[in-house]
This record gives sequence, C-alpha cells and structure tokens, in this order.
Amino acid sequence: MTKVEAIIQTSKLDAVKDALTEIGVEGMTVLEVRGHGRQKGHTEFYRGREYTVDLIPKIKIEIVLADERVEKSVQAILTAARTGKIGDGKIFLTKVDEAIRIRNDERGEGAL
Amino acid sequence: MKRALPRIAAALLFCIICIPHGGPGAQSSGARPQDSSAGEKSIERQQGAAIAGLQLQAADAKSSADNAWMLVCSALVLMMTGPGLALFYGGLVRKKNVLGTMMQSFIMMALISVLWALLGFSLAFGSGNPFVGGIHNIFLRGVGLQADVDYAATIPLETFMIYQLMFAIITPALITGAFAERMKFSAMLLFLTLWSLMVYDPMAHMVWGKGGFLNASLGGRFPTLDFAGGTVVHVTSGVSALVCALYLGRRLGYPKEQMPPHSVVLSFVGACLLWVGWFGFNAGSALSAGGLATSAFVATHFGAAAAAIGWSITEWLRNGKASVLGAVSGAVAGLVAITPAAGFVGPMSALAIGFVAGVVCFLMVARVKARFGYDDSLDAFGVHGAGGTIGALLTGVFAVSTINPIFKDAGGNVIASGLIEGNAHQLLNQFVGVAIAWALGIVGTLIILFVVDKTIGLRVSAEQEMQGLDLSQHGEEGYNWESSA
Repeated sequence: MTKVEAIIQTSKLDAVKDALTEIGVEGMTVLEVRGHGRQKGHTEFYRGREYTVDLIPKIKIEIVLADERVEKSVQAILTAARTGKIGDGKIFLTKVDEAIRIRNDERGEGAL
Repeated sequence: MKRALPRIAAALLFCIICIPHGGPGAQSSGARPQDSSAGEKSIERQQGAAIAGLQLQAADAKSSADNAWMLVCSALVLMMTGPGLALFYGGLVRKKNVLGTMMQSFIMMALISVLWALLGFSLAFGSGNPFVGGIHNIFLRGVGLQADVDYAATIPLETFMIYQLMFAIITPALITGAFAERMKFSAMLLFLTLWSLMVYDPMAHMVWGKGGFLNASLGGRFPTLDFAGGTVVHVTSGVSALVCALYLGRRLGYPKEQMPPHSVVLSFVGACLLWVGWFGFNAGSALSAGGLATSAFVATHFGAAAAAIGWSITEWLRNGKASVLGAVSGAVAGLVAITPAAGFVGPMSALAIGFVAGVVCFLMVARVKARFGYDDSLDAFGVHGAGGTIGALLTGVFAVSTINPIFKDAGGNVIASGLIEGNAHQLLNQFVGVAIAWALGIVGTLIILFVVDKTIGLRVSAEQEMQGLDLSQHGEEGYNWESSA
C-alpha cells in the first residue's frame, strides 16, 4: 500500500477530486494547510504598511491506495492540478505498513 | 419651517377673523348695536386669546418635531460606539484580542452613562467658570422636560443631556485604539473614568458650555467654531491617544512581528455604521430639525466621500493598489475632519476639507507613524488627532455666515465667519481652540496615566499579552469554531 500526499493550489481541489473520483478512488482526506516551496509568497498592505505573507494557503490531499493503482492516480492529480506556474505544489509517496478499518477490524488492502 | 410659519399664522388669523361673523358674537352685536364698542373689545380679546393659543400650538409642534429628530440622532450616535467603533477596532486587532477590544468600546456605553448621570453632565454643561461646569446639576438635578434656551430652545433639556451623553461615550472609546492589545481592563476603566471627568468634561464645557472660554455663541473669550466636536471629541481623544501610545510603549514584537488586522470585514461593517451614525453626530448638532441640520447632513456626507477618494488615490499611487481598509479609513478621516465644520460650510468646502483630510491622514498612518516608530496600534492619533486638527483649522477658513450666521456685531447684524468671507481673525481663534485641546489632552492624559500606572499598573504582563486580552482579561474567546462540533 502507498500513501499519496498531494499539496496543491486551493483553487484546484474540485478538479483533483473529480479526476480521482473518475478513476475510482473512493476515499480521501483533505486538509487546509499553509506553506511554501520556491514560491515566495506575496505582500499585503494595511494602512500603508507592508506585510509579507510567506506561508500561503494550500490544500493537502491524502489518499492511501493499493500499489497497482498509484501511478494512475498520480497521473490524474498531475493533469488536474497543473497550471504550469510556480506554486502548483508537490506529490509525495510513502509506503504504508498496515490499514485497519475501525468499524470491523478489517485489515490490509480490504480496509482501504 | 421658517418660511412656512408666517403662512400658517396668516391662514389661521384669517379663520379667526371670519368665525365671529357667523357665530354668537355676530348675533349679539346685531341685536344690541348700542354696545358695539364693548363688543369689538370682547372680539379683540377673543382673537388675542385664540392667536396666543395657536402660537403655543405651533411652538408645541415645532418642539415635537425637533425632539423627535434629536432622539433619533441620540440613538444614531450611540450606534457609532456600539456596534460601529467596536466592529471597526475589533477587526483591526489580532484574533486573540477581538473581544477585549470590542469590550473597551462597549463598556464605555455603560460606564460613561453612569458617570454622566451622577456628575459628568454637570461638569460639562452646568453653569460654572469658563473652564469647567459647576455641580448644580449633579445627579441630573434640574434636568427635566423644560428647555434650556441657551443650549436648545425647542427641546427638553433632558433630550439635550442624553444626546450629549452619546458624545461623551464615543470620545474615550476612540482613545482605546492607541493602547489596543496591551492595557489591563481594570487600568482602562480607571484611566478612562478619570479622563472623562478631567479632560472631556472641561473641554466640552469650554467649547459648548455656558460662558465657556472658547464658546462661539455664549460669550467665549476666544470664540472657536466647533459644530459637532472636532476639538472636543477628535483632537482631545486623538492627542490623548498619542500620549497613551508613547507612555505605554509598543506591543510586544512591534514592529518586527507582523500584526495584520484579523478581519477587514468586521472593520468594513463598522466603518459603514460609523458613516451612517455620523449623520446623527453632525446633523443632530444643529439641535433642531430645520435647514441647518440639512446643511450639516450634506456637508458630512460630502466630506466623507471626498476623503475616501483622497485616501484611495494616494494609496493607489504609492502602493499600486487601492485597499478596502484604506477606502473606509479615508471615509472615517473625512467624517472626523468635517465634524467641526459641518454646520458652517457649504458642500464644495466640505469636498475640499474631506479630500485634504483623506490625503493627510493616509500620510500620517503610512509615513509619519513608521518614521517615528510609535505604536498607535489602530491609528487613533493618525485619524482622529490629525483629522480633527485639520478640520478645526479649515473650519476657520471655510466657515460662511450664509450657512450659519453665528457671529453678530453689537447691533445684531450678521458679520463674517471664516477666512473666505474676510474674517482672518477666526483662524487665530481656531488655532487657540486646537492648542487648548492639544494642551489639555497631553497634560491631562500624562497625569492620569502616571497616577494609574503607579497605583494599579497599566499594562498586562508579557505572558497575558501573548495569550491575548480575550482569555487573560475576560476568560473568553471570540471564535470557537474549532472546538464546537
């Protein structure tokens, strides 16, 4: 099993969600997060004073998948989330040891 | 109203003269012609009594109209403090201080009201010396439904009292913007109680009270034109705010740490409520519902509009964008500046005063504050001190007797008001009024701050400041979104 963590532009959440649903991904966890990579943030002015906002609001989507479905899902996210501009985000993949369904103790890929 | 009254009187007089011909009077004079002279006298008497009765009714009607307007205005001015100013200031602070900041405005609505009933009204408007009122009206003694002709001839003194109270409430509330996010609640209560009694009440007496040193219509030594409180409300509060910011010092982390407003939305709503409430503040200061109220209403509106434009243009040119907070702050600056002038100037002058205030107040908060490094957190000085001073001085320039014939010579003839009518001397009077407001604000505030500091202490502890006023002073949080399911 693999956990796919995709950090994307907030405006791309719906597009990514739809793309994943289309290829049959059934569950996901969505977090509102703040951060930055190479994109350096922006400036705001309040009463003439400049404020630098370097931690920018982003969306993080977490999904855990059977290994054979990972590549297709990654492709779906890439296609849906890309604008081509700096700040589009990143995808991280990590191995997952176990998955357990709380309702009935089911384990492994069946619990996904 | 003035033009309508003679017409109504003439019409009524016509009716009175007609009635006796068809009435019992006509029969009696016809039946006994020998008593004609006695009959005429009796008719005259009846007519006189009827006219007197009608005059009383007309005065009653005018009084009711004026009173209705002034009660509405009183409510409008209260709305400026809560929720107007509470929202305006509440949005500008960080999330952890939103309730503490709103409370500082709200509690003035309670605290100053009680003070006003016990003592404040008497100190401000009771007869006294040129600098402060006496104690004849403490506990509101002698304040009833009778009008006081010196202050407002057509409304109960009690209406005048409650209207003036709303000004006494918002003035100390304005100062809270300077020491936002760092003053103890207890210290704030004590400081503003003393400030209201020792700075506001004397200043109000000098400008508006009977025999006040600066009173323009009741025999002041330096007749200062201040229609609705440019000096009394805005200069005193703004200057006192600067003293507070300097005395208390900066917030922890200022200016290195960023402290952007937590909700420009709240500030926006607050500023719009202030704009509406300001009609009560300025147009209500006519103390009647006639043409002068209209004139002040119009000047107020145009002053606010021009200042919003002035601030926005300056900000746009300097920062590349016209911000929402900038536009609404500009409107407030314009409302401040037009306050002393509202009942003395025409619409074109109001546009000029507002525009100047919008530009200057932007430069005050964006440039001057950064240059000197004081932490006037919510710009109480930059907007109210600067805007009030500009407005009070420009009133001496733009006041015209055609709007408000306030100055009369010994023969009762109307004479020039401001500089544009040729009365250059009025600028000096305005300057004296502003200088006294500055001096009283600085000295009075310094003394009171020193006393409060040495007795109960002014600032919250560093730990409490980091925690925020909401939790440390009131045991509450403004936003519990995350903890509730």
